[in-house]
Amino acid sequence: MTRLVPESKVYEHGHSGRGVHVVVRNASRVFEGKRGDIVACQDVSLEARPGEFLVIVGPSGCGKSTLLRMIAGLDQPTSGSISAMRGDGQLPTNSVVFHGRTLFPWLTLRGNIAYGPLRHGASKHEARERADELLELVGLRDFGGSWPHQVSEGMRQRVSLARALATNPSLLLMDEPFGALDEQTRYILQEELLRIWQDTCKTVIFVTHSIEEALMLGDRVLVMTARPGRIAKEVGVPFGRPRDLGAVRSSPEFGPLFEDIWGTLREEVERGGAFS
Amino acid sequence: MNRRKVELLLTAAGPILLLVLWETLSRTRVISPIFWPAPSRIWPTAVDMFQHRDLWGDIQASLYRIFAGFILGTVPGVLLGLAMGLWWPVRVFFMPLATAIYAIPKIAILPLVIIAFGIGEFSKIMIVAISIFFMIALSTMSGVLAIDDQFHDVAENLGANRWDMILTVALPGSLPSIFTGMRLALGFALIVIVGTEFLNADKGIGWVIWNNYQILRIKEMYVGLIVTGLMGWAMSLVLDVVERYAIPWRSS
Repeated sequence: MTRLVPESKVYEHGHSGRGVHVVVRNASRVFEGKRGDIVACQDVSLEARPGEFLVIVGPSGCGKSTLLRMIAGLDQPTSGSISAMRGDGQLPTNSVVFHGRTLFPWLTLRGNIAYGPLRHGASKHEARERADELLELVGLRDFGGSWPHQVSEGMRQRVSLARALATNPSLLLMDEPFGALDEQTRYILQEELLRIWQDTCKTVIFVTHSIEEALMLGDRVLVMTARPGRIAKEVGVPFGRPRDLGAVRSSPEFGPLFEDIWGTLREEVERGGAFS
Repeated sequence: MNRRKVELLLTAAGPILLLVLWETLSRTRVISPIFWPAPSRIWPTAVDMFQHRDLWGDIQASLYRIFAGFILGTVPGVLLGLAMGLWWPVRVFFMPLATAIYAIPKIAILPLVIIAFGIGEFSKIMIVAISIFFMIALSTMSGVLAIDDQFHDVAENLGANRWDMILTVALPGSLPSIFTGMRLALGFALIVIVGTEFLNADKGIGWVIWNNYQILRIKEMYVGLIVTGLMGWAMSLVLDVVERYAIPWRSS
């Protein structure tokens, strides 16, 4: 079993460039429970090409987060293999944007962003500069000294993204990062994410339960089944880049693609026991 | 009158009413002025004790014992609590000890402490330290256990090693709970030091109370009591200030 190499401790300055090639083969993850084993993922195989924006959509509780944690190297598959390779042979680094409130409440927004660089060997001064750069990038230049509880959910989510980008990872893993946001803030952050992704050629694996979000962001969409999570279907997204999210929604292809994915998901949601 | 004024009035009303009642009953000899001297009679005694009988020295002695004992109990308590929170074998090993010792009234171990550390200053510091040690350890542990697992994932993903996990996640994450423990411990420390000074001291605020009681200098005894209350109040104010500095993300 190969597993994702533990994160490189090398702090990369500047532009890391090359995206990562992620290959997941027949990965399963079984949790031992008190009332029997729980199969979170079963025989999941997928591939994310260098620089690709891959979206995984599935009903809640289908093991999307588990899959993402395994790709991040925070958990290991019970069977199967997961590998991540960088085109130029260097060790890939990844960052996860988790869902929910995951900013450290005991650090300021700047402190949260500087956390990764500091762990990767940056000096205090370098880490602070890096944090200020990213605060600027996500439009929060004047909020570096604020505490997470003092700012809005949308601002916190921006900082989560900035924190993940601060170590300049070549692979960005996102677990329903915009799930808790209101619609307008979500659109703005989706656009910002696309802009940042296009500027940096990172590989992105983005997990969501929103079909609309999947179609607006992804190059390809993988649909997962209810537990035990498997990949039920793959949908190529025809919209070009750079994308105008408004145009995507009103394009004639949007409806049929939505229907196609929803058709598969609906069965899974019903089968998954949400309504039984 | 607005709500704020009513609140202030009601807050002040309790102590003032008590003092007025006490003064009246004592002066009219409904209660014995020998054992319940009127507050207006206690006041000059307090002034005299501060000026001529080194009451400051007694206050200092007690504060020093509490402070030194507090440091000596809190630092290892936090360390053990972090270990108990982070590693289950440590937790399982210490849990029965901690809960059993936690339940013993702390003053009950005074004879043991005297056997171990003598009757000097050090034993008075040690009894405070021992009294609060497990209390701090348990509250630190519960603080660590209450930290959301996701913070560990985030830290690990961003490259934190074990040491970082302790210093940048477990410790700051459990600080609010550590301060809750310290607040509790402060009350215990005061009880224990007064009790200890009753039995085994020639200085300190507990000694002031007990010594004056034994020679029936009742007014002096009251001064000791009141000063003890004020000391507790002042120490908790100091702790508030320390807490605001230590946990800035909480207050603002």
